[in-house]
Amino acid sequence: MTDTGASRSLVFRQRQTAEEILEPSPWSKLRRRILGNHSFLIGAAILAAIFAVAILAPLLAPHDPYDQDLTKRLTNPFWHEKKIDPVHVLGTDKVGRDYLSRLIYGSQISLLIGFSTMLISGVIGTVLGVTAGYFGGRVDMVVNFIINTRLAMPVFLVAMAAVVAFGASLTVVILVLGLFLWDRFAVVMRSITMQARDLDYVKAARAMGCSTPYIIVREIFPNVLSSLTVVATVEMANAILLEAALSFLGFGVQAPTPSWGLMLNEGREYMFFSPWLLALPGVCLFMLVLAINLFGDGLRDVTLERER
Amino acid sequence: MPAYTLKRTFVAFLILIVVSGLTFSLSHLSADPALTIGGEQASEEDIQAIRKLYGFDRPIHVQYLDWLGRALAGDFGESYHYKQRVFDMVSERIGRTMLLGTLAILFALVVSIPLGTLAAMRPNSIIDRIALFIAVLGQALPTFWFALMMIIVFGVWWRWLPISGHTQWANYVMPTIALGYYATPALMRLTRAGMIEVLASDYIRTARAKGLSAGSVLFKHALRNAIIPVVALAAVWFGFMLGGSIVIETIFNLKGIGWLSYDALLRSDLPVVQAIVLVFASFYVVLTLLADLLNAYLDPRISVR
Repeated sequence: MTDTGASRSLVFRQRQTAEEILEPSPWSKLRRRILGNHSFLIGAAILAAIFAVAILAPLLAPHDPYDQDLTKRLTNPFWHEKKIDPVHVLGTDKVGRDYLSRLIYGSQISLLIGFSTMLISGVIGTVLGVTAGYFGGRVDMVVNFIINTRLAMPVFLVAMAAVVAFGASLTVVILVLGLFLWDRFAVVMRSITMQARDLDYVKAARAMGCSTPYIIVREIFPNVLSSLTVVATVEMANAILLEAALSFLGFGVQAPTPSWGLMLNEGREYMFFSPWLLALPGVCLFMLVLAINLFGDGLRDVTLERER
Repeated sequence: MPAYTLKRTFVAFLILIVVSGLTFSLSHLSADPALTIGGEQASEEDIQAIRKLYGFDRPIHVQYLDWLGRALAGDFGESYHYKQRVFDMVSERIGRTMLLGTLAILFALVVSIPLGTLAAMRPNSIIDRIALFIAVLGQALPTFWFALMMIIVFGVWWRWLPISGHTQWANYVMPTIALGYYATPALMRLTRAGMIEVLASDYIRTARAKGLSAGSVLFKHALRNAIIPVVALAAVWFGFMLGGSIVIETIFNLKGIGWLSYDALLRSDLPVVQAIVLVFASFYVVLTLLADLLNAYLDPRISVR
């Protein structure tokens, strides 16, 4: 009894490995595709590093990012010969705050803005897009009009006006960007839902008498998921860049928050003599956005191949 | 086709009305314009007098319809701060923004079309990879930071170019590059994809089989077809660029309407802000309307649907 069972399981295992050689399992295919996709790997690695920095900021930052020391203003970073302070590796800003610590804490602000905006706009855009794509007809016409109206609004200018109107703060910036950046979500979700609506199993679910919410959540939504994540990365990068630009012009996050955009604003008057005050936050922004874009591009390649 | 054109134009007009209505209520519901005009020293009676004078005591929808009626006739009111006609302030500066936007989109096309074509001729070659690399880097570069870095390098260290103003052609060089490079990745990718598709098509094979020269096939036959969607996308990007001009014009102190909107927002000068929002929105709406109509003209099935 045990003998046959063991031999059967051996046979079974052998057959399984033979099948694996002929046709690898979906998971191993996916793994191979991920490992073969360099942009995905590089993007994910940089993103993971920035996440780690943001979460571990209290441990990593050598100083309090809000701690001013007016006797040590604008000290130079380590690569300079004169006026350096060994305690402040990347120097200090105009009120003597440690620049490295501010850069480290800045990652929290950018990630917070990116994620919160993406969540708000993702919910609005997905609801609008899926509704329009599923119901079509008049509903689609109305949603299309809303999308086109949103696209006609100059985002940056209206966002600035909204910040003036409601007061500049992190919450206002997140809400304003979240209420504006849903257009791409809506457009993409709408067209994918339209295609998914006519798939055989969706028709079957409808014929079986499933309720509309059930069909949308259980049958349609899994189809849009991979595109949703790709759009989410694009909009997250977009939100981070917009926040930085708003804060840079003084219409975003307010002092003394260590936002990279605001640091660029504060460093602007010293650009001639202390250019690193501008260079460093910009490099941080660039790396974060680059990582998100690479991750998103890679994700699109990986998931699209899987669907094929 | 005429019915389609009429319908699309009506929708475009409706969009502009909604956009202006939203902007109007956004600016008027939250901030009290009477306080802005009165300044800090104004007494309560002064504020009341200003409210009456400017009509801020009327219900918001009455104020909006009043503003809209005048705006349709080209009267955007008077700036709270400069006491000038908004129409004059905008028309005086709009040319600079248009020039900057046009130069920027031309720069983007001049860079992206050759690069995209080269990449498409040899997919996955070194050139293709370099082009893709440039595109990926370009997309992640914050426009305003790129502008600041150019000022430091070309304006301050090497002193090649002026860093502010709008009087000579050299003033436009850095703003054009800063604004234009941002559109290049998207345009280049579209050129590349379009060229790869076209180069694989039957009529290109026929042209090659006829013994036409490689240059003639590439430029006369392939590029001419692949370029149509690129130009359409460039038109949409032109609309986006006018919005991007706010940051760039402010950094380079190039006094177009982007700079004007920044200045007006600093002073809570609502009539100016409303007018500029409407100008930007109109540009976007008109450009997309033209693109849609062009598409419908080229593909009559669209207008029937």
